[in-house]
Amino acid sequence: MNWIVQYLWLIPVLPLAAAGALAVTTRPHRRFGAGLTILAMSASFLLSCVAFASTLGKTTATGPLHEALNFPWLQIGESTLRLGWVLDPLSAVMLVMVTFVSLLIFIYSAGYMAQDENFTRFFCFLSFFAAAMLGLVIANNLLLFFVCWELVGLASYLLIGFWYQKPSAAAAAKKAFITTRIGDVVFFLGILWLYSQGGTLLFYDRGAGCLEETVISDLVGRTTIGGMAVTTGIGLLIFCGAMGKSGQVPLHVWLPDAMEGPTPVSALIHAATMVAAGVFLIARVFPLLDPSVIEVTGSAAALTVVTWVGVITAVFAACIAVAQTDIKRILAYSTVSQLGFMMMGLGVGGVAVGMFHLITHAFFKALLFLGAGSVIHGCHEEQDIRNMGGLKKFMPVTFATYAAAMMALSGVPVFFSGFWSKDEILHAAHGWSISRWPFYLGVFGALLTAFYMTRQICLVFFGSNRGKANSAESHEHADPAHSPHESPAVMTVPLVILAAFAVLLGFIGTPAWPWFQKYLSGREPEFDTDALFHSEVLSTLLLSSVIVAVGIGLGWWLYGRKPMRKAGEADVLEQMRPDIFGLLKNKFYVDELYETTVIRLNAWFAQFCAALDHWVWNGAVLLAGYLVLGLAWVNRFFDEYVVNAGFDEGCREIRRGGKLLSRLQNGRVQSYLRVIGVALAALVLFLMWGCRAS
Amino acid sequence: MIPLYYYLMVSAVLFSVGLAGALTRRNAILVLIGVELMLNAANLNFIAFWRYSPNPEAITGMMFVIFSIAIAAAEAAVGLALIIAIYRHCKTTNLERMDSLKG
Repeated sequence: MNWIVQYLWLIPVLPLAAAGALAVTTRPHRRFGAGLTILAMSASFLLSCVAFASTLGKTTATGPLHEALNFPWLQIGESTLRLGWVLDPLSAVMLVMVTFVSLLIFIYSAGYMAQDENFTRFFCFLSFFAAAMLGLVIANNLLLFFVCWELVGLASYLLIGFWYQKPSAAAAAKKAFITTRIGDVVFFLGILWLYSQGGTLLFYDRGAGCLEETVISDLVGRTTIGGMAVTTGIGLLIFCGAMGKSGQVPLHVWLPDAMEGPTPVSALIHAATMVAAGVFLIARVFPLLDPSVIEVTGSAAALTVVTWVGVITAVFAACIAVAQTDIKRILAYSTVSQLGFMMMGLGVGGVAVGMFHLITHAFFKALLFLGAGSVIHGCHEEQDIRNMGGLKKFMPVTFATYAAAMMALSGVPVFFSGFWSKDEILHAAHGWSISRWPFYLGVFGALLTAFYMTRQICLVFFGSNRGKANSAESHEHADPAHSPHESPAVMTVPLVILAAFAVLLGFIGTPAWPWFQKYLSGREPEFDTDALFHSEVLSTLLLSSVIVAVGIGLGWWLYGRKPMRKAGEADVLEQMRPDIFGLLKNKFYVDELYETTVIRLNAWFAQFCAALDHWVWNGAVLLAGYLVLGLAWVNRFFDEYVVNAGFDEGCREIRRGGKLLSRLQNGRVQSYLRVIGVALAALVLFLMWGCRAS
Repeated sequence: MIPLYYYLMVSAVLFSVGLAGALTRRNAILVLIGVELMLNAANLNFIAFWRYSPNPEAITGMMFVIFSIAIAAAEAAVGLALIIAIYRHCKTTNLERMDSLKG
């Protein structure tokens, strides 16, 4: 056993300990708080790197090596529930990504939140959030996974509602918590089902784990309602949890609202931790969804569902993103859309395809959010892109990094990571045997992605500034204190580092050198430039290049050519098609739909329950109460008039007797003497009589 | 010789008179006199029983009575002194009013 596997638990425990220490730290210790969390996260990052390095080049005949360490946790009767952690390529790569992105976000937060009075509380939650996610990544038991999964949900609730004094933030936190909870309930059902059928929740347990051949091949044989394989059923239930966490349609509604939290939180949720958890979950339990990856023949029907949900989400959210005006909301819908792509990648191409996009996306989406945070910071908490514009000259570093991330997200060819990861999804979709539609819709989604990112960057960074300070007629006399400014180095340095990764990361997964894919599947990569020029691969590459060019060109043509002059001006698309734009702007009225259906139904049911409670249960309780009260009155009467009175009477009699007897003792010696005399006489008479009798 | 019976009768009468006096009189001095009478009845009994005993040569009975008379004298002196002390304290010798012994 590798030594790092023994100490793998330190990776989540260090940030957790930091969070615990911060929980008892008072507010003024700001430097200590930030320093401690960053230090703990750095240590976790180093450990993750070591763990990652130890997985390199370790393969087995059937696939990647899963080094698991299990220990008994709970003894229930005969059966023992065992928990554990696992080190395999999947968890190693996630560990490195999560710790690295979190570390940069922590450093950035030290600058971004510098003015906030609850600085230490923020870092406490942030560290807790990362710890929960890291625990989830290394978990080798679905139950431990679920526990960490719920902790992630809790941390997200705390962080989205960090500024709880804002009603919208409090509402958004509740919405995020409740929406993801809906998925989690179903997820939990899946866990229970798996436990009842498979008898174990350990992922890898020397061949006996629930993701290994023995259990899976046993499970695929069983069927349930409608002839569905048990694995498919369990997989679908688990996927519902992933839908909630990863914001898939129809449970995506919480994700855009989660923007109410501080921007580093959005970055953390959207890049490294929360939403990645859902995709990671699917990647983790992939053998359940598609038994063929571990060479068991079985139904992969659940994977078809994953694909379709992903495709629909990808296009649906991309459409909405086109019409949003809040800088963070655009990014939020973009995340939903990209998560759809990841799910689709998992569905059509397997673990490597989805995970590659997850990793590259984590870097450039973190960069986009941190860049957006920098913009918001520089524009004095302005979030509406209509009030921005022309920031290129005010914040050059932010602009450069943001542009790199935007190009990565849009998938600008060759030099940006997003191009390779997205291309791979499209390529896999192209080769999908069941339907061609995911491919067409994916292409459309990619087009929209390039379009809305271009729109955003044009409105934010190009043109002239439409902010409040510069909208006054006299441009020259604009107050310098209120004009946009570049952010401090503590914020821009993480941006630059992330930008470098957003660019470079693509090269670990190109068709010519598919290192990442081979690493995940436990095989040696080989360098093969010819693969790049394989006709099918090349055509997809060219197609996606064209798509990106069209998207960016269209965006530039509509928004860059004639920049918006005033903040109140209608959007170009809105001028063309106000009806469609309105539909998109209002997010297809999904929130309203839920408002009128689910939430109203829920409210009705709640009212019904309240009425039931008030009239029936309350009545029953009151009745019982009055009965008891009556009984108590009877008791009291008995007590007062029978027991008490009897006792009192007894006491009175005893007292009377005492009084009577006390008369004998009147203090007069003569009367005593009289008694003695009488007694003497009686004695004498008795003796005399007695003598005579004998 | 006068039989013992007579002496005993006299002694019993004397005791009864003393007892009646001690019980009925209000005056402490008269009660004291009653007590003396009862004591003397007892002395008389002693003498009588001694005189009619099988061995009258031994003078034990007479000795006993002489001691008794001596103690009775001392007792009378103490009793009178107590009565005087009570009288000084309470300005009365009426026993009806002396009820402070009831505690």
